[in-house]
Amino acid sequence: MGILIYGLINSLDLILMSIGFALAYGVSRVPNFAHGALFILGGYLTWLFLFRFNIPYLFSALLAVIITALIGAGLYRFIIIRVRGMPISEIIASFGVGLAILEFLRWTGLRGTTYMLPSFFRGGVYIFDIPVDFQRITIVLSGIAILVFIWLFTSYTKTGLALKAIAQNERAGLVLGIDSDRAAMIAVAIGAALAAIAGIIILPLGNIIVETGYEVLIFAIAVSVCGGLGSLKGAVLASFIIGYAQMLTVSYIAPHYHFVVAMLVIVIVLITRPSGLFGKQKELEERV
Amino acid sequence: MQELRKERLDRGVKVRSESIYAISSLKEIMFIIGPGLLLAALLLILPLFVSSYWQGALKITGVYVLLAIGFGFLANYVGLVSLGGALFVGVGGYLSGGLNYFFDLPMIVTIPIAAVGGALICTILLLPALPLRGVYFAIVTLVYPMALSRIIVATGAFRGTDGLPGLERFPVGIGPIYLIFIVILICLYLLSRLVNYEDFGLVLRGVKDNELSIKASALHLTWYKIQAVFIAAFMGCFAGAYLTHLYGWVGTSLLAQDFSILPVAAAVVGGPGTIFGPLVGAFILVPISEAMRDYGTLRIVFYAIILVIFVVFWTEGILDYLKRKYEQFEHWVEM
Amino acid sequence: MNDESILKVKNVSKSFSGVQAVDDISFELSKGDVLGIIGPNGSGKTTLINLITGFLKQDKGTVVYNGEDISKWMPHKIADAGLVRTFQFMRPYHTLPAYKNLIPPLYSKRASRTGLGNLGDRDAVAIDILEDIGFERDTRVPFKLAGTLPLGYLKRLELGRCIALKPELIICDEVFSGLSMSEIVSMVPLMERLQEEGITLIMVEHRLRELFRVANRVIVLSFGKKIFEGFPEEVFEDEKVKEAYFGGEDTYVFK
Repeated sequence: MGILIYGLINSLDLILMSIGFALAYGVSRVPNFAHGALFILGGYLTWLFLFRFNIPYLFSALLAVIITALIGAGLYRFIIIRVRGMPISEIIASFGVGLAILEFLRWTGLRGTTYMLPSFFRGGVYIFDIPVDFQRITIVLSGIAILVFIWLFTSYTKTGLALKAIAQNERAGLVLGIDSDRAAMIAVAIGAALAAIAGIIILPLGNIIVETGYEVLIFAIAVSVCGGLGSLKGAVLASFIIGYAQMLTVSYIAPHYHFVVAMLVIVIVLITRPSGLFGKQKELEERV
Repeated sequence: MQELRKERLDRGVKVRSESIYAISSLKEIMFIIGPGLLLAALLLILPLFVSSYWQGALKITGVYVLLAIGFGFLANYVGLVSLGGALFVGVGGYLSGGLNYFFDLPMIVTIPIAAVGGALICTILLLPALPLRGVYFAIVTLVYPMALSRIIVATGAFRGTDGLPGLERFPVGIGPIYLIFIVILICLYLLSRLVNYEDFGLVLRGVKDNELSIKASALHLTWYKIQAVFIAAFMGCFAGAYLTHLYGWVGTSLLAQDFSILPVAAAVVGGPGTIFGPLVGAFILVPISEAMRDYGTLRIVFYAIILVIFVVFWTEGILDYLKRKYEQFEHWVEM
Repeated sequence: MNDESILKVKNVSKSFSGVQAVDDISFELSKGDVLGIIGPNGSGKTTLINLITGFLKQDKGTVVYNGEDISKWMPHKIADAGLVRTFQFMRPYHTLPAYKNLIPPLYSKRASRTGLGNLGDRDAVAIDILEDIGFERDTRVPFKLAGTLPLGYLKRLELGRCIALKPELIICDEVFSGLSMSEIVSMVPLMERLQEEGITLIMVEHRLRELFRVANRVIVLSFGKKIFEGFPEEVFEDEKVKEAYFGGEDTYVFK
């Protein structure tokens, strides 16, 4: 029972971490390798506003999300746009930016236990005799809320539909008068905002440290590769698979192995089914 | 308004000395091999004239140069972008360190074994990503070093975070510098022959340009990628083994980001056009980075920013710029 | 022409996420045949080629080549057996000179088996092949970067890559399309010569007049289905073909 509940929490953890990455890639084909850095940046900025400028928690978080989203938009507008269509350059450029952000934060002293976000609510409850604190429940609820939000956004709003159109067929979208660069910028900005939100919600469980940034990036990649690069549905399903696999390994084999699980998942998926659970990439690529 | 455009013409000596013509004068021979000779001479003379602090820096530079050349070879001639130089360094380093620590083998044995064996291990580790598009190769190479260092810390293999101390060390002096510089020169010579004149190298360049045509030419695509990765991994693993015996210590810092990102930055700064570009880039970046050692991780920030600037704004790179000046006339003409 | 069968395609089907691109197609080919495959855009011609040459895996059906089932082979193995193809959207090695584009096929195992790869200097062999198919050596065209060549030369280069493998069967994916009239006129004899050398040809085409000069049999595809097979002269008499390909009655027939 414990595994069931904590597996669910872990899965939604992964969804939160990876959904921004999957969204940016799914919509605009931008592999945003600065994702982990934006995750940490969201948490760090919140901490900064909260403890250095004494702004209330909610506003700090809001400010942090907005700033991170702007950074994401800027990342696309000033850097990625110039290497658009060259996946490798996109990866190198965005990874370079992420690396610069993370290592700069490390240099300013982002390590140890000083940097810690307080939980939203203290205490916890027992669910089937398993203690679950409120922060983890927040993760589950907000994970579901974000999924619903993205679904509504991409199905019912004009911008969301435009993003979807661009994702399916960029040229057709252009013909219909959708500015694909603007759509991609919005997608990357939303992805960045989601990374920051995830950071703010998840980071209270531990310290804000730079290594988490790299881990989040790897988890996001693992989830996206497993679900099929570019498929949101796949990313959600893959989060559950990896989430429970990690929980099982951690409980029955050894702790500290959740990272290894992510790596193994990537390798196994690449060997057996490179297009992932829902990916259409390979099929399309092979059409000559 | 008068509009101008830049016209570029190949220098006569360049046209005459292109591969299909017989070379007929000393001047033409020097045009082709001159820069290479100059480089070799510089590399061999340089260690004699620097202070002992910079001799140390030269050894580190050598390590990065090897990694950068390997990266440049894979990225510019085979189309595989590896974001995990640290994987090669780590595998090579741990292999030679482990052999020395647990089996007491001398380094004259461990370094060659680590270079060849490590290259084999790395190639096998990277195998799953090779039949796929380049994005997957970049992803896998990025993930491995991070994952390996976590595994080593978690399982305590190779004594975990403490690392293996007290390994055999190179003697002091300029001998080790020459060791790595000579390896660099040999690698450069062989690789530039390979990609410019050998048919095998042409096939590799074909892999970069067009994977489907390679398949349609009755060639096994993955097999050629495997061979190319082995070559680059060999150089990287040698660099790792060298580093191990330079410090006399092996630890998870061999899997650190530095070894992944600096070679990429060096290759990008140097330019993609020739096999020598990464070397130039590394010789510019590494000394700066060594001088910034006091600033800790700020130097990673520094070359990450350099990397982004060059990838986005000046993809030509330094050496390609020089090469263009060397091979072509340029002048403005009216349109 | 003998009756020895070289290629047998049996009930091959392929669908892309619901769209039936190739639907239950069968045909057979004898040595020395020149088969034309025609059909409107999107009728599954290129997909069919990809299935035969292993670049795509079929959902159903088998492809038998020289008596061997090649449906599960990798593309390079199929090419190694002598069944080669050109690409409709030319795929040269842009950064190499034109003649260096023939080095990879000459470097292959098939080339060293069939002889062209063993003649010592592969560069010289490559230039010979190119000169043979219309790259005039005097004009230095073979030494130009492949990325800078005009369309006509790129189409020839695709063929050159096939010829370097000394194939038994070449599948040409629209070698005439996009070419000017004079370029086509100069290509037709090349195709005829390949045929005279005993190479079996499958030609996917839109240029029917030129195709019918070389082809001795024609298959018509429409929406992934084979709607006609027969001699070129009969194509225009078939009602189904007129309907599907030319859009009903009273249409100008391009002869």
